[in-house]
Amino acid sequence: MSAPTGITRVTLLKDLRLEWRSKDAINSMLFFSLLVVVVFAFSFDPTAEESRQIAGGLVWVAFLFAAVVALNQTWAREIRNQVLDAYRVSPAPANSLFIAKVLGNFIFVSVLEALMTPLFIMFYRLRALGPAWQLALVAALGTWALVVNGTFFAAMSLRTRSREIMLPLLLFPFSSPALIAMVQATTAILNGEGAHFWIVLLATYDLVFTTVCLLLFETVLNAE
Amino acid sequence: MKKTFPILGVLTALFLAYAFYQALWVAPTEQTMGNVQRIFYYHVPSAIIGFMLFFINFGASIFYLIKRNPAADMVALVTAEVGVVFLTVNLVTGPIWARPVWGIWWTWDMRLTSTLVLWLIYVSYLFLRRFSSSGETPLLAAALAVLGALCVPFVYFSIWFFRTQHPQPVMGGGGSIDPRMLHVLLINWLAFSCFAFLVCWARYRLEQLQREVDTAYAMESLRDPRRSA
Amino acid sequence: MIIANPYLFAAYAATWIIHIGYLTTIVRRYARLKREVEEMRKAGVRS
Repeated sequence: MSAPTGITRVTLLKDLRLEWRSKDAINSMLFFSLLVVVVFAFSFDPTAEESRQIAGGLVWVAFLFAAVVALNQTWAREIRNQVLDAYRVSPAPANSLFIAKVLGNFIFVSVLEALMTPLFIMFYRLRALGPAWQLALVAALGTWALVVNGTFFAAMSLRTRSREIMLPLLLFPFSSPALIAMVQATTAILNGEGAHFWIVLLATYDLVFTTVCLLLFETVLNAE
Repeated sequence: MKKTFPILGVLTALFLAYAFYQALWVAPTEQTMGNVQRIFYYHVPSAIIGFMLFFINFGASIFYLIKRNPAADMVALVTAEVGVVFLTVNLVTGPIWARPVWGIWWTWDMRLTSTLVLWLIYVSYLFLRRFSSSGETPLLAAALAVLGALCVPFVYFSIWFFRTQHPQPVMGGGGSIDPRMLHVLLINWLAFSCFAFLVCWARYRLEQLQREVDTAYAMESLRDPRRSA
Repeated sequence: MIIANPYLFAAYAATWIIHIGYLTTIVRRYARLKREVEEMRKAGVRS
């Protein structure tokens, strides 16, 4: 097995194992999502028809906020234990670390989405009129977009003042195209229309931004 | 340099005054919208110049990533700031124009929404520059600028598919423009471009001076730690 | 004519207020920096 994939695998498994033991991230994310859903329920009291129009936006806002919770703690452990300094000194490729972090976050947020979806369906009486399998695809592509950008911006924000606010401040505008695509695709599928354009846009966005983040991560990690 | 700047300043001011006169008195009155349409001569050049500046920002950022040239970093900072100023003008004149013409201050149509999102992207870039620790700012900012520039086509595609309410762009495609109006538009664009160049130059000089002062302070505290900065 | 149409006036005025405002911040910061350089020079700081 080549060194880069080995490092990715090791880092990813370490993160998953640590998370499984403490369940810090997943618990706070879950609870936060639940709170967001309930607060939305206070503001909207939609009929099933209205639900289908607005649910796309509500769902993705809740997942976006939850993702920010996960992303903010991405590098926290590494900073506490001076792991990043060790990484900079070692010959290990920075990309492996980046991919491991992105995959870890992707898994965390996807687990959260899987757990929250039944709740959303229940609270808003949702029923997809369109092809439901496309929803899974939109969720995967959309989550990847948020997580790849978010992990990159989290690394950028490490040594900034107001670190926690810097991440969403950067993430929201830069992810706008992906956010529009996710929300519109979800709404379209719920209402029985196809979402081909949005899925292709999301896939292209993911491809371009993953590549560029991979290329630039080493620079960002070693900046100073 | 000391002499040329004021001379260019005066010339640009005259050019802007001429462009102002052209926009308000020489350009023909639009049939449906009337005189309010003259906002067009300030609204459109602001957007074009904003995007031109962001393009330069992209180039300077790439150059910085490759060569680590401090001047390139300053050009990136300056063009982003001035670009945001011009886009702000565009985003403010837009609703002022929309209100009498369409009856609403704002609408989430393609043009306005895309401009707003781009404005947000470059404002967040400026926030990163302000909040990051000074050693790493140039590199981080350059990386972010590259991401931002790549975002631009996606912003346009996603919003284009999202909605369309803005009338057909008067320049290039769609409705045709009276050549006299095009002439006045070009004059205003050129005048504001000269103005933008001077503003960037002034901001660049300010940044240069700021960095010299910061370096002097740093050197001084190295030489004599007892001196308070 | 420009005065007669309030929106036209507002748009042009807003444009110049924004531009002059930005230029003012540049000029002010520049003046403050120049003063600082003078003080540094008096205090014998070598640049």
